Amino acid sequence: MLSFKGTLSPELVTALLGVIENKMEVIEPDNKVRKRVFNVLMECLQNLYHHKASSVAEDGQVENLDGSEGVVMIAKVEQGYSVLTGNFMLGAEVDRLKSHLDRINALPPDQLREFYKETLADGKYSQVGGGGLGMIDIARKSGRKLEYGFVPYDKDSAFFSLNVNVTN
Amino acid sequence: MSALQLEGSPKTPFVNFDPETGLLELKGRSIPENSIDFYKPLIDWLDRYGRAPKPKTALHVQLEYFNTSSSKCILDLFKKLEGVRATGNEVTVLWHYEADDEDMLEAGEDYAGIINIPFKMIQIEEVDGN
Repeated sequence: MLSFKGTLSPELVTALLGVIENKMEVIEPDNKVRKRVFNVLMECLQNLYHHKASSVAEDGQVENLDGSEGVVMIAKVEQGYSVLTGNFMLGAEVDRLKSHLDRINALPPDQLREFYKETLADGKYSQVGGGGLGMIDIARKSGRKLEYGFVPYDKDSAFFSLNVNVTN
Repeated sequence: MSALQLEGSPKTPFVNFDPETGLLELKGRSIPENSIDFYKPLIDWLDRYGRAPKPKTALHVQLEYFNTSSSKCILDLFKKLEGVRATGNEVTVLWHYEADDEDMLEAGEDYAGIINIPFKMIQIEEVDGN
């Protein structure tokens, strides 16, 4: 349905969401599924956008490695929709993200909801406001396990890929 | 104090906070990349409103989409209203959701479970995104 590789801006995020919203309107009759796909894509695109911003800020220097780029693909599959994203990230952050994803994948839906509520109410903010809710929300909207992978790239960075299925 | 009115945009909701009637509205989409920037004026407004609130305040939330960046900011709006209620005023949150959008209903229930304000869940046919 759509694939994109490059550096995201807020305007581009809006444009990509608009394209998918229009396509979904045509091909998907179930309003709930349409909204879930839109929600998952929105969170994934904003993760890509923010990740780029934060890795530069934490380094304190502008590194022009491929880390500023992300890829996203959304496809219609047999059982629904697949939202695939990939981006470079700091190698030092891999363990933390991996354990967060493993924790999410280990929880049944009702406990995932509790985890979301606890995180919502914890009073902690990340720089952009979400405070760790993004992946939990993606998993709730998906209803399936998050499929992910990390591939070491060089001594400082790794490539992170995430596949989110939304079934109807 | 004056009303807070903001037009809706593809990523930010329509806002109409009226200090004369105690009627507060948040409608449309809340999916900005940086929600803290967007919500700060709303939270500041509620801070001021809370010093001399109407005896009855009703916040209508009618969102088609909101992102997780907005989630904690929306919680902060509710917390400000919790403060208004704690000083002896009547406060209600009216959470509108589309009939087949159980995710939005759950989101409202999640807030209602955290915040000490009565929530009314209102089922509607279709959200007008403004």
